[in-house]
Amino acid sequence: MSLLSKIRRHRLAYLLILPTALVMAGIVFYPLIRGVLISFTNMNQYNMGSKFIPPSYRFVGLQNYVKVLTSSQFWDILGQTLIWTITNVFFHFTIGLALALLLNRRFRGRAIYRTLLLIPWAVPTYISAFSWRWLFNSKYGFFNLALKALGADPIPWLSHQVWAMVAVIATNIWLGFPFMMVVLLGGLQSIPREMYEASEVDGCGRIRQFWTITLPLLKPVALTVTLLGIIWTFNMFNIIYLVTEGGPHHQTDILATFAFIEAFHQWRFGMATTYAVIILSILLSFSFFYIRTLKGSEEIY
Amino acid sequence: MRRRKNNWILHLVLTACCLAAIFPIIWVLSTSFKPEPEVFSDRLNLISEHTTLDNYRHVLTMKGGVFFIWLRNSTIIALITTVIGVFLAATAAYAFSRYRFLGRQGGLYIFLIAQMFPGAILVVPLYNLMRQFGMLNSFAGLILAYSTVSLPFCVWMLKGFFDTIPRGLEEAAMVDGLSPLGTFYRIVLPLSLPGLAVTAFFSFITAWNEFMFAFTFMSKERLYTLPVGLRQFVFQFQTDWHLMAASAVLITIPVVIFFLQTQRFLVAGLTAGGVKG
Repeated sequence: MSLLSKIRRHRLAYLLILPTALVMAGIVFYPLIRGVLISFTNMNQYNMGSKFIPPSYRFVGLQNYVKVLTSSQFWDILGQTLIWTITNVFFHFTIGLALALLLNRRFRGRAIYRTLLLIPWAVPTYISAFSWRWLFNSKYGFFNLALKALGADPIPWLSHQVWAMVAVIATNIWLGFPFMMVVLLGGLQSIPREMYEASEVDGCGRIRQFWTITLPLLKPVALTVTLLGIIWTFNMFNIIYLVTEGGPHHQTDILATFAFIEAFHQWRFGMATTYAVIILSILLSFSFFYIRTLKGSEEIY
Repeated sequence: MRRRKNNWILHLVLTACCLAAIFPIIWVLSTSFKPEPEVFSDRLNLISEHTTLDNYRHVLTMKGGVFFIWLRNSTIIALITTVIGVFLAATAAYAFSRYRFLGRQGGLYIFLIAQMFPGAILVVPLYNLMRQFGMLNSFAGLILAYSTVSLPFCVWMLKGFFDTIPRGLEEAAMVDGLSPLGTFYRIVLPLSLPGLAVTAFFSFITAWNEFMFAFTFMSKERLYTLPVGLRQFVFQFQTDWHLMAASAVLITIPVVIFFLQTQRFLVAGLTAGGVKG
C-alpha cells in the first residue's frame, strides 16, 4: 500500500486529530522550538527588541551550555532537583497506594473519606502555596504557635536551608498524593474480584494476595503514573516559587524555578532557555530508558 | 469480632489522614473570619470570639467592586476553555483509540514530550507569538493557551477510556446506517460520561487556577482574571494575611463546588485502563 493511500484510508482519523494538532503545534511546539533556538543566542531584556527597536541579539553557539554545565551552581541545583523529585514521588506513591488500598475495601462512609482526601488536589495551587506559607509563618503561623504552646522553640521554616526544603516538600506531598491515590484506586478497582475469591478458595492469605495478585496487576497503571509523576514533579514550578521563591540563597531552587528566575528576574532569556532545554534532555533520556527497560516485561502504551 | 476491630483502626487512620488533608484549608478559613489584630497575635484559636466578615467586605468592595468583574472574566474563560478542551480531547482521543493511522504512536509520544519542557519558560516565546497575532489582552488568546495545558493528560486518559468500550456496539450502529461520526456522537460519547466529566473537571480547574499566562498576557485591569487581580491588589505586599485568607476562600469556593459535582466520576473516569492507555 502506498503512503498516500494509507493516509487516505484513515482520512477520518486525521480529521479528528486536526484541531488538537493545530492547537498543540501553535501553542506548544512552535514556542518550544523557538525556545530551543533562543538557547543558542545571547538574548536578554536589552537586545530582544520591541515594537520600536529591532532585535540585536546574536547566535553564540554552545556558549550558554558550556557556561551552565561548568558552573558549580548548576550541579548543586541538579542535586536539589533530584532530592525534590525522588522524595516527592516516593511519598506520593506510598501514601497514595496505602490510601487506595484502604479505600478499595467496602465499608460505610467510604465516599466521604474519598471526597475529603481529594480536596488538596481540587484547591488551586497558588492558594495551597499561600495556605502553607501562612502555616509556616515564623511569627503568627500555626506550626510555630503550636510549638510555642507545647513549650518548644519556634523553627525557622522558610529561612533555614534544611527546614525550607522540608517545608516545600511537605507542601508538595500534601498537594500530590490525592492524584496518585485516585489513579491507583482506579487501577485497583479494575482488578476482577473473582481473582481474589479464587485465591481465597485456594487458601491464600491477604498478604500473599497483595504480592501475587494486587501488585502484578497494578503494575502497568503504577508504572505509567510514576513516570508522569516524575515528569510533573521535576518541572513543578509553582509550589517552590510561591512558598520559598527558591530561597534561602537558591537552596530550595530546582532547575525549573531557577530557569524562571534567570528569565524573569535576571532577564537572561538565552540562559533561561538553555536551562529549559537541559531539563527537556534529562527528562527525555530518562523516559526513554524508563520505557525501554519496562517494555520487555510490561506494555506501557 | 476481628473484623470489627479492624474497622475501628481503619476509620481512625482514615480520619487522621482526612484531617491532615483538609487542615490547611480549615486554618485559612478560620483566619479569614478573624479580625485583623487577632490574626497578628500569638493566640492559637480556631474560632474567634470576635468573628467578623470585615475581611470579605474589604475584598468584595475594593476599587468599586472590581472583584466581580474579575469573577466574571474568570468564569467566562474557564467555561469556554472547558468546552473547547473537552471537544479537542474527545476527538483526538477517539482517533487514537480506534484508528491505526500513520503517526499514531509518534503522536502519543509527542503528548508526553510536551510535558517535559518547563511551562514557565514557554511563556517567553508564546508572549511574542500572541503579540504578533494581536491576541494579547484578549480572552481568545488566553483560552487557546489554557486549552492546551491539560490536553495531553486528557487525551491520554480519554483514549484509555474509549479503549474499554466494546467495538461491537459501534459496528452494530454502523450496520444500522449510522455514519462513523454519528456513531461517535450517539454511541461512544454517551457511554463515556465519566471520562468526559473528568476531562471537563481538569480543563475547568486548569483555566480557573492558572496564573502565569494570565499575568503575562493581560495588562488591562478590567481584563484580569481572579488570580491575577487578587495577586495585584491583595497578595502583592505579602503581609495582609487576613485579606489574603478571605480572597483565597472566595477563589476556592467555585472550584470546590465544581469538584463536588464531578468527583463521583473521578474514580470511574480513571479506572479501567484510564491511564494505562
